[in-house]
Amino acid sequence: MFGTFMLQHADKTVRRPHYAVRGGLGPVLELRGVSKAFGSLVALAEIDLKIMPGERCAILGANGAGKTTLFNAISGDFPISSGEVRLLGQDVTSLPTHDRVRRGLRRTYQISQLFGGLSVRENMYLACRGILGRRFSVLHPKASDVALKASEDLLHAVKLYDQGDALVATLSHGQQRQLEIGLALAHNPNLILFDEPAAGLSPAERGDLIAILQSLPKQIAFVLIEHDMDVALRVADRVIMMHNGEIFKEGLPEDIEKDAAVQELYLGTHHG
Amino acid sequence: MSDASSKLMDQLHTQVGVKHAALGITLLIYPLVASDFFTFQIGGYSLILGTIALSLMMLVGYGGIVSLAQLSVAGLAGYLVAILGENTSGVHGFGWPWWVVVPTAIAAATFFSGIIGAVAARTDGIYTIMITLAISVVFFYFTRQNYEIFNGFTGFSGIKPPVIFGVDLIAPVPFYYLCLAVAASCYFAVLYGKRSTFGLAFQGVRDNARRMEALGFSPFLHRVFAHVLAGVVAGMAGVLLVWFGGRISPGTVGINVTIDILVIAVVGGIIHPIGPFVGALVFVLLETFAIDFIVPERFNTLIGLVFLTIIFFSPNGLVGIWDRICESITPNKKGEGV
Repeated sequence: MFGTFMLQHADKTVRRPHYAVRGGLGPVLELRGVSKAFGSLVALAEIDLKIMPGERCAILGANGAGKTTLFNAISGDFPISSGEVRLLGQDVTSLPTHDRVRRGLRRTYQISQLFGGLSVRENMYLACRGILGRRFSVLHPKASDVALKASEDLLHAVKLYDQGDALVATLSHGQQRQLEIGLALAHNPNLILFDEPAAGLSPAERGDLIAILQSLPKQIAFVLIEHDMDVALRVADRVIMMHNGEIFKEGLPEDIEKDAAVQELYLGTHHG
Repeated sequence: MSDASSKLMDQLHTQVGVKHAALGITLLIYPLVASDFFTFQIGGYSLILGTIALSLMMLVGYGGIVSLAQLSVAGLAGYLVAILGENTSGVHGFGWPWWVVVPTAIAAATFFSGIIGAVAARTDGIYTIMITLAISVVFFYFTRQNYEIFNGFTGFSGIKPPVIFGVDLIAPVPFYYLCLAVAASCYFAVLYGKRSTFGLAFQGVRDNARRMEALGFSPFLHRVFAHVLAGVVAGMAGVLLVWFGGRISPGTVGINVTIDILVIAVVGGIIHPIGPFVGALVFVLLETFAIDFIVPERFNTLIGLVFLTIIFFSPNGLVGIWDRICESITPNKKGEGV
């Protein structure tokens, strides 16, 4: 079921923004010396990072290592102190979040950020509308509307079609997490940042989540923050270990799993 | 009845609904049975105040933006009608025809509202209230102290609504119908707008502005555009307000009236666009008849007590009470009316 939701019709009917097809073989995301300081606290120190198209990358690290701060820096939730953020080869450091999103970036949040007063279908519609333009239309969307159709497909993909008319506030935690991820899948992104997507999910729901992540179209790159090693190591091609705002180690999942320094640092702080 | 007309009735039924039809008919025949006083002073005035409060309801109900500057927006439109059209104060009164004056006044009010939006849209909650209150206060004192444009303390009087196609709009019944037409258009536009793309996005901004950013929206521009739309509504009401009173002065846009608009919207209920009109009717009835029961100086005490009582029992105002009644009994009859 998850393997088939690639929004095929969207590719045919929707003209993609010109900048989305650019980039070619270069990295989809490039960070050059990105630093962020909150007063005297250095949350990110000179981070250099490249994510290639279709690459799947997991970020590990203890609480306070700077993982979510890194996401906020990439998405533009706050300005960085120094350095450069490049999406598809273009410098987006000074662009607001919504401009970066229109260039193919998506993200989810550790704590679900949904629209509680709207229905599930309306949440999904907004996600598709935001990328596709005509955001200021004062008319109701037509039944044939591209964004409306795309949102129906996405509802199927994240198994929320039957809850379409329910208010978001009435959904279970697991369903809210599904919607949280669904919102980030709108209209073929280039890069998705998943911030602890498995937080608070049951083992069965974790299985569903892994299936969703594994079934994402190959051209979509993603970066995942996850404490659950089982989830992280099963979906990632590359693992980055963060510590005190720096990239401490990076490598293949199996190497990182065995690395003694990583084990001490990560498991030590977590279970110690 | 032909097939087409019954189909049309069906469509009307689903689109407009029984409650709206019953309320609409009541409002249409109201001036035929009511006295001139009730038609003009109660009916017309309630519709005008309700429309100003509706422009606030749009912002609060759908966007969580409490703007205390809506009366200033309406007031600017009213002032422009006096300045660009005719008045008997001997100051300004360019004598432009109404079909130039009215669109100009509404356009200026819309622009003014957009500017207010741009200033206030980067703030939230109490700070938005403070900024818009400050704008409202500044506008009040500016009109009072500026004689070049606003004729200071005196303001303008002798402003008359036009005669259109031989219908003198100063007469109570035509004026009532004009107010009803404007109020109903704005009401249905706001009702329809709730499920429009912009309406949904605006509610999204209310619920979670940060996530809207992350979905490709600019919450700032959405807030500004909402102010622009609210400015159209308030501007139209402002034109009616100056025609209704025949005069406009700083007192028309004073802080106490600003608070009245807020009270009207909240007492009526900000969850549905009918709320401001219900609130306005209650307010106008109290303002008109309370004098029979209490001394005028105690009017604000009475309004305050009614306000507190309603909000204490129903945070969603009179519309909230109406909803609860509807839930407990079968909702087959309309009971609210303006």
